[in-house]
Amino acid sequence: MKKKIIAMLLAIAPLWVFAAGGQGPHLDKANIDPNNIQSLQRGAGLFVNYCLSCHSASLMRYEHMGKDLGIEETLVSENLIFTGGKIGDLMTVATAPADSKLWFGIVPPDLTVIARARGVDWLYTYLRSFYRDDSRHIGTNNLVFPDVGMPNVLWELQGIQEPVITTRKEHDGTKTKEVSLELVEPGLLTPTEFDRAVRDLVNYLDYMGEPAKHERRELGTKVILFLLMFLVLAYLLKREFWKDIH
Amino acid sequence: MGEKWNKGLLGWIDARFPLSKMWYEHLAEYYAPKNFNFWYYFGSLALLALVLQIVTGVWLTMNYKPDAGMAFNSVEYIMRDVNWGWLIRYMHSTGASLFFVVVYLHMFRGLIYGSFKKPRELIWIFGMIIYVCLMAEAFMGYLLPWGQMSYWGAQVIISLFGAIPGIGDALALWIRGDFVVADATLNRFFAFHVIAVPIVLLALVVLHILALHEVGSNNPDGVDIKKHKDENGIPLDGIPFHPYYTVKDIVGVVVFLIIFSIIVFFMPEMGGWFLERDNFIPADPLKTPEHIVPLWYFTPFYAILRAVPDKFLGVVAMGGAIFVLFLLPWLDRSPVRSIRYRGSIYKIAIGVFVISFIALGYLGTQPATTLFTNLARFFSLLYFGFFASLLIIPRFEKTKPVPDRVTS
Repeated sequence: MKKKIIAMLLAIAPLWVFAAGGQGPHLDKANIDPNNIQSLQRGAGLFVNYCLSCHSASLMRYEHMGKDLGIEETLVSENLIFTGGKIGDLMTVATAPADSKLWFGIVPPDLTVIARARGVDWLYTYLRSFYRDDSRHIGTNNLVFPDVGMPNVLWELQGIQEPVITTRKEHDGTKTKEVSLELVEPGLLTPTEFDRAVRDLVNYLDYMGEPAKHERRELGTKVILFLLMFLVLAYLLKREFWKDIH
Repeated sequence: MGEKWNKGLLGWIDARFPLSKMWYEHLAEYYAPKNFNFWYYFGSLALLALVLQIVTGVWLTMNYKPDAGMAFNSVEYIMRDVNWGWLIRYMHSTGASLFFVVVYLHMFRGLIYGSFKKPRELIWIFGMIIYVCLMAEAFMGYLLPWGQMSYWGAQVIISLFGAIPGIGDALALWIRGDFVVADATLNRFFAFHVIAVPIVLLALVVLHILALHEVGSNNPDGVDIKKHKDENGIPLDGIPFHPYYTVKDIVGVVVFLIIFSIIVFFMPEMGGWFLERDNFIPADPLKTPEHIVPLWYFTPFYAILRAVPDKFLGVVAMGGAIFVLFLLPWLDRSPVRSIRYRGSIYKIAIGVFVISFIALGYLGTQPATTLFTNLARFFSLLYFGFFASLLIIPRFEKTKPVPDRVTS
């Protein structure tokens, strides 16, 4: 039986070779640490300061965030709520959708579950891939998301990047164009500090996408340990009953 | 039977309702072959999966809103503001996929041990109707979170009805209740998903089990255990379902629950196979996602649909791929039931069938490039070829002698 199953798997294996091969832009690894509470707190600060003025997170409550990230209610109310909302409110946005549409050409998407839709690596790379593009009315463009409606909101921290195009000759003589970004004007943070800040922000977005993740994993370990013990008992019970069957 | 229970409350009930009688007929004195192997866990596991889906579904319904403007948000409300809502939702989404895993393995068991053959044709037919209902149930349930994949998946599948000549467009409109998938569609899918189809499913499961208990279970040797009975009329190779198979199935249930828990607690999206990324974006009728992919349990049939160049014929081929399974008892007329005693040509045919089914399942998840479409055509031919080969294989197949009693 086992042999047959292995033979079948081998027969299908070549299909996966066809499937391999990348598509879309290269993404940097976000390497977030969901257990790092300080990183999540810094991320929350960045989020309400830089994202929440245009984007909403209208399925997430301030209170829930404060509880999960160990931030006291008064601190949340005084430092993290800019809309005049209450602690139990959802993270809605004050900007009218019609205004957003006029300014950016699109209503900025809600960010509550954006990390689950896009993935953390995409967000981490995207937020670091803005560059100056004077041909666009917002003055910036993005390598990961070309012609995106969003300007580089973090420019003050990051500085200004410009694209550098290098042509590389392959062994077979073909030329491939590679676009990389170069910092032409430094921001408030060094590139290393900026990467860390974006990592914190993405960490927060990941948390917000699924606030129950931490609890889920903790509970899961206990449930599975219980089931493993139950399995031993269930097996012994079965063996005891089946002794007299030949 | 029954005499010893004539006193007390049970006696009172038994005089008015066949409680003890049912207990004996279906559990304590239902004699099942003693040689059930690994493949025989999946019947009871399918029942467990059904119960899990119904119970978690009832609790989800308490907070879900079947309204195009509120559905997506209400699911996220369940995920974050409802106590234990995330657990119930993940149990339901994981349960749906594992239900199909279990049902596919259960069907495969029936296939390799010839459990669909006389006198069990009706068990197979009831089972196939359950399978079709289950597909309808899963398809309609998948619309409810109202994400992009929910929306566009439903749009694509309903538009298939539009391919039927003459009445197609009117039929698709009638199913949707609107010109595109909209609030009306969501409401009626909700009604079918939580009431209509589950009722039919439960009734069919009862029929499936009643038919099974009427003729008795098949076994890995495919021999009839009722041929050899002791002086009390009990099959020599049979053992009472309870307690023997109840305690054995508990082991299977715990192993299933461990796998279930690993997914629910540590990988609920299953890398996008159980919960797709695009479904975390609210449904947008104006923005079509790049790749519209049905969930994995539909992809073998989706690949067959796309393999046929003509849309209507594609729908016919897809329907045929499911319908041909109904005919299995009349396609395979070999008197030998179990794969153990059939010829190597039959074993090869089964192997080819399994490979084509899995390959089609994979191809259904991939973009339809020329290479993939050609591969899908090739495997579709093999898929249907398997059923055609069943008609001729028994004519020249060298089967092995079937033992008189079960082997252990």
